[in-house]
Amino acid sequence: MNENVIVTQALSKSYRSTEAVRGLNLSVRRNRITAFLGRNGAGKSTTIKMLLGMIRPSAGSGTVLGKQITDAGENCELRKRVAYVAEDKPLYGYMTVEQTVRFVGSFYSDWRADIAKKLLQDYELPLRREVKLLSKGMRTKLALLLAFARRPDLLILDEPSEGLDPVGIEHLLQTLVAHSAEGVSIFFSSHQIAEVERVADQVCILDRGCLLVDASLDHLRQFYRRIDLVFSSLPPEREFRISGVERIQTRGRQMCIFASSNADAVIEHAREWNAVSVEVAPLGLREIFLETVKEN
Amino acid sequence: MFLKLTPASGQPLYLQLMQQIRHAAETGALKDGDQLPGIRTLAEELVVSPNTVAKAYSELEHDGFLELRHGSGAYLCLKRRTRSLADQVHVARRRIRDLIERLRDDGLLDEEIRRVFEAELLYAAEIVRKR
Repeated sequence: MNENVIVTQALSKSYRSTEAVRGLNLSVRRNRITAFLGRNGAGKSTTIKMLLGMIRPSAGSGTVLGKQITDAGENCELRKRVAYVAEDKPLYGYMTVEQTVRFVGSFYSDWRADIAKKLLQDYELPLRREVKLLSKGMRTKLALLLAFARRPDLLILDEPSEGLDPVGIEHLLQTLVAHSAEGVSIFFSSHQIAEVERVADQVCILDRGCLLVDASLDHLRQFYRRIDLVFSSLPPEREFRISGVERIQTRGRQMCIFASSNADAVIEHAREWNAVSVEVAPLGLREIFLETVKEN
Repeated sequence: MFLKLTPASGQPLYLQLMQQIRHAAETGALKDGDQLPGIRTLAEELVVSPNTVAKAYSELEHDGFLELRHGSGAYLCLKRRTRSLADQVHVARRRIRDLIERLRDDGLLDEEIRRVFEAELLYAAEIVRKR
């Protein structure tokens, strides 16, 4: 079986003069929880819509579950095996919750009525209420339910936690974990860094249409470091521009280095330059994200 | 056994999990032959990726610390080595307590002592990794 559930090659999308996605080479591994991070307008939703064949790439190609995304026939095949929750959670406003679940369920051969029933209870959704009268959080829950009640090979979620309260977010994450344990691959975009930091195996950071980071969280935790140095006389910055050093800030006799790897070499170097103080601290995903986007 | 992972620390979650299970065994919270929760159960409880738990379990199995029986779960197997480790930890605690007392006498604040410890530990970790 193919190791990757999503692969893109130089995938690009331009709208008139704006390049929303630029030459994206993405590979999302099977049986992983992969988080897709980026600022508003970074190109996340555009990418997801291209993967699902909802918009046509300007250039490049891609496959989802081994099917070409731009081939109409293959795209139809892949969408039977992918469950998707869109950013704006589109639903029919005039239907009730109950009708929506029955209506959507009738389309899928992999529909799991037992799970739908359980989630309706867990999410405390009012069965008889019309969708247009639901709160934002309830709409999100209903949209999630419709995706979770299937048995897809791949779940693609665009901002799944939007509008959810902390209890709802916790529940969502547990459902993600449970699906992952059953062998469903998950690809989700999010702004909730704290939740990503807990459940994700892999993190992709997109900025201005370009992929800046594609690494496992284990790797990020192990190698990304902030190193604070104090010298009695400051060495030139260029001395510390070695591989792995992403950013250097100096203030007075202090130097602050943001490294994506090679922290040990930086420390050795600092000792050679007789640093008075050397402090190494790990970086959280929030800091990594902010630093990465700032650099760009 | 209560486990608590710290996502923002500079250590992969599977390593944190391994250490906490080891620690629970060293302190006696877990005993030889005890069954650990299944991968899915523990992943849902901790709300972490099942891959994290699976990796921790398989590494512990590799170290001879855990026995994975297909379909029935994970069982702890403690050899004598871990018991002597428990004694070592006990001794280490006492030494560190003495050291901290001395540093306090020298006028260092607890926060400063903690930073020095963390910096040294991280530095050592970086060097070990390099080798």
